[in-house]
Amino acid sequence: MRPAIFPDLMQKQSIFQSKLLPYALVAPQLAIVLIFFYWPAAQAVIQSFLLQDAFGLSTSFVWFDNYLDLFKEPTYFEAIVRTFIFSFAIAVSSLSFALLLAVMADKPLRGGTLYRTLLIWPYAVAPPVVGVLWIFMLHPSLGVLARYLRAMGVDWNPLLNGDQAALLIILAAAWKQISYNFLFFLAGLQAIPKSVHEAAAIDGARPMRRFWTVTFPLLSPTIFFLLVVNIVYAFFDTFGIIDTMTRGGPGKATETLVYKVYSDGLLGGNLGGSAAQSVILMVIVILLTGIQFRFVERKVTY
Amino acid sequence: MVEEEGFRRYIAHIILWIGIAIVAFPVYLAIVASTQDNAAIANGQMSLLPGGHFLETYYQTLFVGTSGSTREPVLNMMLNSLIMSLMIAIGKIAISIISAYAIVYFRFPFRMPIFWIIFLTLMLPVEVRIYPTYKIVADLHMLDSYAGLSLPLIASATATLLFRQFFMTVPDELLEASRIDGAGPFRFFWDTLLPLSRTNMAALFVILFILGWNQYLWPLLITTRDDMQTIQVGIRKMITTTDALTEWPVVMATALLAMLPPVFVVVVMQKLFVRGLVETEK
Repeated sequence: MRPAIFPDLMQKQSIFQSKLLPYALVAPQLAIVLIFFYWPAAQAVIQSFLLQDAFGLSTSFVWFDNYLDLFKEPTYFEAIVRTFIFSFAIAVSSLSFALLLAVMADKPLRGGTLYRTLLIWPYAVAPPVVGVLWIFMLHPSLGVLARYLRAMGVDWNPLLNGDQAALLIILAAAWKQISYNFLFFLAGLQAIPKSVHEAAAIDGARPMRRFWTVTFPLLSPTIFFLLVVNIVYAFFDTFGIIDTMTRGGPGKATETLVYKVYSDGLLGGNLGGSAAQSVILMVIVILLTGIQFRFVERKVTY
Repeated sequence: MVEEEGFRRYIAHIILWIGIAIVAFPVYLAIVASTQDNAAIANGQMSLLPGGHFLETYYQTLFVGTSGSTREPVLNMMLNSLIMSLMIAIGKIAISIISAYAIVYFRFPFRMPIFWIIFLTLMLPVEVRIYPTYKIVADLHMLDSYAGLSLPLIASATATLLFRQFFMTVPDELLEASRIDGAGPFRFFWDTLLPLSRTNMAALFVILFILGWNQYLWPLLITTRDDMQTIQVGIRKMITTTDALTEWPVVMATALLAMLPPVFVVVVMQKLFVRGLVETEK
């Protein structure tokens, strides 16, 4: 389903002849991409190698000093670790819950399409709205669920307790992603031929065993694909959730890499350091996308 | 065996309904809260059943806004969001379909380098280059404008790749036939290719509209004037003040209004939505 990546393999035999028209047709997109994509990306890379003095009067080329400074800063290292923990927790919790639901919805049930409709709509809820909904539900002084937690003896206060704040972010972010994962799992399950299940059933495998030995391995390309998508989601799309719920706090307990770029940038000042942070994020995304592309090629031969 | 199958089905229904309840509960709570009195909510005494302030809250939300200093009617924010998301969706489809047309149906010097330049933009979301992009938009005097809100978000290759992929599957005979009819590149595009692309365009539009409507970080950075706020940014500003002053019924009504258009699109145009989601997934 994904667009073919290597266009040279296929070419139209039948084409139009024109010298200028094709340039006119690509010009708008090319202009927008160059101005709003390549130019800022190049700026970030260049700036990450420069150091500006306190008054912004002179700049000097400092090689990798900005990067080294960044890694010497404990808060940056902590943000990296935190981002990976968040990503892993969000991906695993959202994927497993969505898989459970998809396996259930894959059975020939009455009302199957209704279930799908009722489960996929959170995809359309924007991250800041997700944040608002969840903080309202679990707000220490007015949240409805917080009331029950306190009644059960939990000292619940995510506005002061960093671990609880992190848990809140993970839950809210995983909640939003359930719908997306569910949809792709369901499609993956429906692509498995029924005959495979029947063969396993004839061999006498119980349903649970059938799931782990037959369905799960056949689903592994989908799982891997979704794992990467979920990590990218946790890296970037959680910004809105964090910003409306905790603003990276308490302390820096919920500050992810993207949030740190944003909040350091708001403070102004260190341009080079901020640019270096952006460049590191770019490298991470490029790596993740690369992994995903490799996987897609495998899916084609699979 | 048959009885066990029936039992398993029963379990499946129960698990699915639990899933639906978990997914829907936060939204139910928002609906309930938007119809209640702020004082009861602020005291932590909120009821789990709808209250009687529905009309009052939604009237205030849509036409007046919060009572705080940054009051701005939410209807105006929704209008900003609508304009931005339509510009992103339509703009992206328009520039992508013509550049894909050029790349597939013409041979010209630098065709492949141009394709790669566009293709590589798949790699980076706007989040990683926000401040340099901000600076360019500021230099171009596009802060607090619809162009500034939408243009940087149009710069991505997904749609181009999708159209390119689709054009490759269009049989060559169609071009031969319309050429025999004397059609040039414009007529062929307009009369043959565009009608064939209708479903793809619709699916793409659905996805791009949702993504555009839900943009947050970028609008947050480049809008400073209250009357240019999108609804996603506006809702955040409503809870900026200390908790005691937050008007939760209005906030919850705004949250519901913010999710209404995209959720409506997903539910009503489910087929197109699923198709668009699967095809644009990069």
